Amino acid sequence: MQTNNRPVKEIAQEIFAENQAERILGWKRGEFFYDNSPAVFSAADELQEFVYDAFCGSNLSKFLVKEAAKEGRIAVLLKPCDRYSFNQLVKEHRIDKENVLPIEIDCDGMVDIDKVRALGIKGIKSISADGDQLTIETVYGQKNCSKEDVLLLKCQTCKDRTGGDRFALVREIEEMSSVERYEFWRSELSKCIRCNACRNVCPACTCEKCVFDNDKSGIANKANSDSFEESLYHMIRAFHVAGRCTDCGECSRVCPQGIPLHLINRKVIKDLNEFYGEYQAGADDSSVGPLTSYELDDVEPDIVMNRGGGR
Amino acid sequence: MQRIGVFVCWCGTNIAATVDIDTVVEAMKREPGVVHSSDYQYMCSEAGQSRIRNAIKEHNLTGIVVCACSPRMHETTFRKAAKAAGLNEFMVEIANIREHCAWIHKDRTEATEKAVVLARTAVAKLNLNKPLTPGTSDVVKRALVIGGGIAGIQSALDIAEAGYQVDIVEKEPTIGGKMAQLDKTFPTLDCAACILTPKMVEAAQHDNINLITYSEVDSVSGFVGNFTVKIRKKARSVKADICSGCGICTEKCPSKKAKSEFNMGLNNRSAIYIPFAQAIPNVPVIDRDQCIKFKTGKCGLCAKVCPADAIDFSQQDEIIEQKYGAVVLATGFKPIKLDNFDEYSYAASQDVITSLELERIMNAAGPTGGKLLRPSDKKHPHTMVFVQCVGSRDTTGCGKTYCSKICCMYTAKHAMLIREKYPDIDVHVFYIDVRTPGKNFDEFYRRAAEDYGVNYIKGMVGKVAPTNGKLMVQGSDLIADRQVIIEADMVVLATAIEPDQTAKSLATMLTASIDTNNFFTEAHPKLRPVESPTAGVFLSGVCQGPKDIPETVAQASAAAVKVVGLLSKDKLVSNPCVAGSNELLCNGCSNCQHVCPYGAIDYVEKEFRINGKIKIRRVAQVNEAVCQGCGACTVVCPSGAMDLKGFTNQQIMAEVDAICR
Repeated sequence: MQTNNRPVKEIAQEIFAENQAERILGWKRGEFFYDNSPAVFSAADELQEFVYDAFCGSNLSKFLVKEAAKEGRIAVLLKPCDRYSFNQLVKEHRIDKENVLPIEIDCDGMVDIDKVRALGIKGIKSISADGDQLTIETVYGQKNCSKEDVLLLKCQTCKDRTGGDRFALVREIEEMSSVERYEFWRSELSKCIRCNACRNVCPACTCEKCVFDNDKSGIANKANSDSFEESLYHMIRAFHVAGRCTDCGECSRVCPQGIPLHLINRKVIKDLNEFYGEYQAGADDSSVGPLTSYELDDVEPDIVMNRGGGR
Repeated sequence: MQRIGVFVCWCGTNIAATVDIDTVVEAMKREPGVVHSSDYQYMCSEAGQSRIRNAIKEHNLTGIVVCACSPRMHETTFRKAAKAAGLNEFMVEIANIREHCAWIHKDRTEATEKAVVLARTAVAKLNLNKPLTPGTSDVVKRALVIGGGIAGIQSALDIAEAGYQVDIVEKEPTIGGKMAQLDKTFPTLDCAACILTPKMVEAAQHDNINLITYSEVDSVSGFVGNFTVKIRKKARSVKADICSGCGICTEKCPSKKAKSEFNMGLNNRSAIYIPFAQAIPNVPVIDRDQCIKFKTGKCGLCAKVCPADAIDFSQQDEIIEQKYGAVVLATGFKPIKLDNFDEYSYAASQDVITSLELERIMNAAGPTGGKLLRPSDKKHPHTMVFVQCVGSRDTTGCGKTYCSKICCMYTAKHAMLIREKYPDIDVHVFYIDVRTPGKNFDEFYRRAAEDYGVNYIKGMVGKVAPTNGKLMVQGSDLIADRQVIIEADMVVLATAIEPDQTAKSLATMLTASIDTNNFFTEAHPKLRPVESPTAGVFLSGVCQGPKDIPETVAQASAAAVKVVGLLSKDKLVSNPCVAGSNELLCNGCSNCQHVCPYGAIDYVEKEFRINGKIKIRRVAQVNEAVCQGCGACTVVCPSGAMDLKGFTNQQIMAEVDAICR
């Protein structure tokens, strides 16, 4: 893919050629064409492995917490959605901005290989994108499909392209009765295998020591001893990232069990928008968010009762 | 391991009637760490306290749980008792089995079960308590009174008389407040100005009182004994130090279309004005929205005629910063807006007025020189109707649910004064109830009804309709059980009062709590009625709840005594339950700093040795002298690095576990 009509790889090469940074945080090809992974490149010749195509869904911002603390300036390639996470981390002093060269790159949506397979396309050898159309080379010959149909979940409701209504599903869940809602989440969350992938990928989860890894927190062991554990694990995580979650969608993307974890965070975001006015975490890197600031006209706690909550 | 003693109080029958004391005592004997469990009829009595002291010594206790009333009530009592027996006072936990249990339950089994849960919760917490040692902080020997009405003036005078410096901040150009607008005061009918203006002068001339008028509090930081307050002195456009108050400027000012705030908009004032003749300070102020010089750049007549050369169009708002040991809130009240009460035609007819407007009309210094005239045609009225409870005791949502308390008495006063001065005027009063408790108050009301022939009608007015220059008042007479229609010349609405709009922002600045009606909340409704729950903040006058002048003055003096008691101390014992950050867990995210209402958290860059490498990390540090232990930081901290001594995350988790067990 290109940015300003230039291939992103060329931009990366230029960074080294012009000594703009000593390292570049980007993506490299994985074992298969569809499992590109975040990688740090330290020299121009390493860029042979560099890739930027429709399978670079992963958000690079979080890697900067460690990488930007290392010596030498690091350039990072930020898709529009990753920029929010970057800003939020700068705001929370988790990234040393001075040591980072942020490069904004274009993105027209990332592809979910599972969705391509779900179309019944087998023996996939490679996929190339041409605008809205995907050309799929398979052992059975060439196939085509519309890119829109196979976008990653998070790209379907992209904040920067004209995405769909990201709160539609939240609204559906809100309209359930409390019993239905409880059943819905019990059923979804009971799939959780506590692999911690959602937490490990989440750019809002960068604590020096996570409460779930800290046996002194009084939470870690309790969680292990209770069958209701996984539900509370995700609820506690949602509260910990409330007001800071940029809705990057990585949690649901990496969940091996396909739990729609992003919906919990979106419910919090929707509430924040309704209570305090539209707010996008990470829209800038310095403002104080609604949950950590106080305005005289902030909602009173009785809003919960007025909305029919607390029953 | 702790050695815990549990003491279960009967509180006479308050607790014992609903909670089975023996069950609680026995259940606590089985709790971990508990080595002694006993009960007594009145644990707070000297006999009860001596049982606690003896048990501490006899059983070598390391901590005690008292199952009794709210800690607000007797935590200090039991801490002192524990301290007297050689225990650290923070090794005392209270399980509130009275307010939280016995008083709110009827079923003895349920209440007993809950009492056991509350007691074991306290035991669970106490098992993790550590002795804490309070520090001390200095007291700034100066008080701030916010609001210069009768409440503020009285508080300031009493504090000043005790020998302490007091600043009064008043948002209007003059002190005096609402009382200055009143005509006569019940029940003795002496004129408000005659008793108020000498007090205003006394305040102005007192060596220890500093008046800061036409000013508002901008921000407050700090804590009891050491508040730092920024006060915005609004630009008067007149140099107060050289103005002689001659008043020539106000006479010559060509812009005379502004409504007089002091006269409730019943007449006009000039753009440069002194609110009323006895204003203090007697220095005019330019209303920049009305002044021709400010609007068009031309005029400046006041500057030309001023013999003292005191007019200063370039004056800017000024911020004064001052430290105070104590703050008195005396922000007072205002009548509510009548937008929700169209049925009374207040907006539609000039002859429908509020009681405060009537005060101005009846006042000798008012817009009519004290002559009772209809505002619309300046004619003498023959029939007047008073409507009580306009917006008070209102359950429809249009007004206020509370009783404004002063209206019954001032309406009786108005009715009586009118009948006395103009016996030809028929006076009718519509009321829901007449509420006149107080010394000589009911006698006063009865005099109005019986001796002065005021026609009291029990019932509310449904509609006031302006018709052919008259006001058709339609109401119900509940005693005669019929509808009445009165053709009135004037209607006076006893409008509900509400706290001044500054109360809410001040509550935020001072972290003083307000109730749903924006009245400031007292620390205890009965036992600490003039203190705010926020240490060092005191309440004076109507800002705490509706009250009349005698009550306001009494409360103002009470608040002053509390201030004097505080300022007379050289050192205050500080609260050891303060926050602290575990630097190894701290992410440096600043969220705690954003939510800290006291500005107690700073961030520092610090070197850490991690896995043999030196790493510089940004970590939170709490200034313990400033921290008030509210715990907001511990809630917002995602990693649990912030913790509150005496209320640690672990202690709270232990309590939750004990409840859920």
